[in-house]
This record gives sequence, C-alpha cells and structure tokens, in this order.
Amino acid sequence: MSITDMAIQAGIWALEILAIAAPVALSVAYITYFERRIIGWVQVRQGCNRVGPAGLLQPLADGLKLFLKETIIPARANKILFVAAPLLSLVPALIAFAVVPFGETSLFGIWEKPHIMAISNLNVGLLYVMAISSLSIYGVLMAGWASNSKYPIVGSIRSTCQMISYEISMGFGLVTVMMLAGSLNLADIVHAQAGGILHWYMIPLFPMLIVFFISGCAETGRTPFDLTETEELVSGYHTEYSGMWFATFSLAEYGAMILISLLTSILFLGGWYAPIPALDVIPGTVWLLGKTAFLIFVFIWFRATFPRYRYDQMMRLGWKIFLPWTLGWIFVIGLFIYTPGLDGIINFWLAWR
Amino acid sequence: MLKRAFKTWFLWELLIGLSVTGRYLFKKKITVLYPEEKTPLSPRFRGLHALRRYESGEERCIACKLCEVVCPATAIWIESEERDDGSRRTTRYDIDFSKCIYCGFCQEACPVDAIVETQEFEYACEQRDGLYYTKDMLLANGDRLEKQIAANLAADARYS
Repeated sequence: MSITDMAIQAGIWALEILAIAAPVALSVAYITYFERRIIGWVQVRQGCNRVGPAGLLQPLADGLKLFLKETIIPARANKILFVAAPLLSLVPALIAFAVVPFGETSLFGIWEKPHIMAISNLNVGLLYVMAISSLSIYGVLMAGWASNSKYPIVGSIRSTCQMISYEISMGFGLVTVMMLAGSLNLADIVHAQAGGILHWYMIPLFPMLIVFFISGCAETGRTPFDLTETEELVSGYHTEYSGMWFATFSLAEYGAMILISLLTSILFLGGWYAPIPALDVIPGTVWLLGKTAFLIFVFIWFRATFPRYRYDQMMRLGWKIFLPWTLGWIFVIGLFIYTPGLDGIINFWLAWR
Repeated sequence: MLKRAFKTWFLWELLIGLSVTGRYLFKKKITVLYPEEKTPLSPRFRGLHALRRYESGEERCIACKLCEVVCPATAIWIESEERDDGSRRTTRYDIDFSKCIYCGFCQEACPVDAIVETQEFEYACEQRDGLYYTKDMLLANGDRLEKQIAANLAADARYS
C-alpha cells in the first residue's frame, strides 16, 4: 500500500468519523432542548420557547453561553487530571459509536452485496462497546479526585459504584442476546432478528430488555439513578467544573444516552428492520433512528415521572434483583436451547442452529 | 400477597406513574405567555400612580398632605403655596417609586380622589432616577389614563 493510498484511506476514515460525530453532537444539543420541552409539557408548562421559532435556537444560545464562560480551575486541584477528566468521559462515549451499525445499504443497487453502514463492522463489536463504555468511569473518578473537594469525591465514588454494579447486570443481559444470535457482531445480531416483530429479541428476552434499559439509565446516571448528582452533593463529581469543561461532561452524558438507546434498539428491537416485513421499503436507517428516538423519549419520560432512588435502594436493585434475574434468564435460555423437548420453541429465534 | 408480588414484578406502580405523566404531556398548558398574553387585572389593581383633574381641567389636589402623612414608606413629598386666586395648591408633588410599596393608602386617604393608582405596571427603567416621578409626570399619567381610572373607580364604587 503506497503513501497515497494510505492518505486516501485516512481521509475516508476521517469523513466517516465526521459523518457520525457531527450528528451525534447536534442531536445531543437538541435532546437537551426536547428534554426541557417534554418535561415542561408534563408539568403543564411550555418549556423553553423564546429563542427563535418555538425555542429551536435555545441549544445554540446555551452552547454559546457555556463557550464564553470562564473555565475556573480550583487553586488546589490537580490541574492535569482536572483538565483530562472531562475528555476521558467524553471520548469513550464517542468512540463507542465506531461499531454501531446504522443500517445496511446497496447504494441504490450500485453494490451487489449490501454494505453495513458502520465505521468499523467489528466481529467483537458487543464486547468492544461494553469495554469502552466501562472506560468512562475513569473520567468520573478522576474528576472527583482531581477537584480536591469533598462533594465531588463523594459523588464520584457513588457514580463509580453505580456504574460498576449495573455494568454487571447489563453484561449478563447481553449474554442472553449472544446465546440466541451466536455472534458478537452487532450487524449479525440484527440480521438474526430479520422477519418481523415476532423475531425481535424483545419477545424471548423481554425481562432482559427491561433490565438492560434500566441499567442503561443507571449507567448514564439519569433519573431515577441521578443520586450521584443530587442537591445534597452539590451536583456531584462536576461541582468544581464550569464553562466548556462542564459542557463536555453533559455532552458525554447525553452521548451515552444516545448510545444506550441505539444499542437497545439494535439488540432487542430488531435494529433496522420494520415490525412488518412489508414496511421494509422505508429505509432501515429511518427505522433504527425512529426506535432510538422513541427510547430517548422514554429516558426523558422516566425523568419527568420518577423520583430518585436512595443509595442503598439503588445498590439493592442492582445486586439483589437485576443480577439474579439476568443469571436466571441465562439459565432459562440455556435450558430451552439444550433440552430436547423444548428446543423447538427457541429455534424460532435461534440464529446459529 | 400474590397480588402484591404481581404488582412488584410487573412494575405496576411505575406504569401507573408513566401513564399519569403521559396523560399530562398532552394536557392544555396553563402558562401565560407574558408579553403576548396578560392575566386579567382587578379594578383595584395598585400600579403606577396618577394625579387626576376635574373635567374643567383644574387639578383635583388641594395640598392637604394627608397622603404624605399616611405614606408608610415616606415616598411622597409635597410643598404648597397660595395661588393667585387664593386657593391652596401644590408647587411640588413628587413620588419616589423606588421607595413606594404600592399599599394604596394615599388613594384611600385622598378626600378628593386626586391621587389614584392605575393598572399600569410596565414602567421598569434602567436608571434609578427614572423611578422618581414629579408632579408634571403624575399629572401626565392622569391625563393619559383618565378613561381607565374613571372606569375602574366606577366598577369599584358599589363596594366602597
């Protein structure tokens, strides 16, 4: 491979990354807008509707404000870690999108075989996503430590406990998906769910869908699991952050929220397939993004509805309820796969036999 | 017992909660979009003050200084002199709206309905001096808002 080829390849990769990172950043901005509007509507208010038509320019105004604000670094803080922490929580949230398949296309028949629309169609995609999303804990932990302040350290320890606890039940929930799909490749998992709503994994794995999504709420630290950024902790690990660095944290939080919604639709809700095969004339990406948008709405709906958990309740839910349920469901699925009389039922969803 | 277990494991209460918020999502919103919409004001609303005149154009105030005395915030200053025709009139009638607490005592104390509070409330300004109203400004308020003042006094008359 010559230098020119390598340069061209690098350019293509850069374009691919831009094609995913830019829409993610834009949708983060507008999710904050819709969050404020929807919570307002639930509370019989209007929400933000002043800046621009129907308030649509509000995210830009907020972004501009945060950009122009002074970034204060506390005098006694560990400066290197303090600056690195927001980046360390943002970068994992963004690079996890590298393996997410957004659909498949033959480019109006130009290609003979449909191509998967992902930056990298990794064979261990699911493992990669789990590994990368665990990394964002370091950003949170470092932010709490580097601030050299009481509340951030308590908040960051709570966040870390919460993320680690729920990572486990999330991982076990994914094991059931792997057992049915027989693959860690996200595109293969979607292919295994082809053929209408009955083939989606939300039917045999319904409890795992619930567990995965609620664990996702806990992973991203959103209501009802936002006890790490409560008022009593003065907003937790980002107490000492201001301006753009603070915005980086919320960018990471909302990015993780989009990622969880995307993963839930890919793993349990049939990815880019329509509920009825006849509706597949509508491009798959539209279906995937529609499902994702609905799940993001559910995130916001949860926030408008539920009060937050107490710390011990949150731990009890993670370890005593979710973990036994996921382990039990792995056992149940295994039983169905390997018991001679029962495997006829599960073969309907099984992709590898 | 069984019922309770059912409710716990099928997240029954959570679904009830979600359905409540889901219903409120589509309810009519009660927010009043202020600059475009305004809430109705009572005839007794106590806003910006005004000095009134008789229909002949003669100012009502007779400089009895009852309002100055009753004002709990001492926001009113009055100086008076004898006019050429022998009647007592104010030469100075100032209200400092940065001191005024809008209690309406001046309006109640006035024997000739000269000083009244109107329904005007949008007179915020960027300098404190802008809240210091002299006699001419108060009379101008009265001339401008006489219709509204008269209507409000008429509406309230049967209760007083």
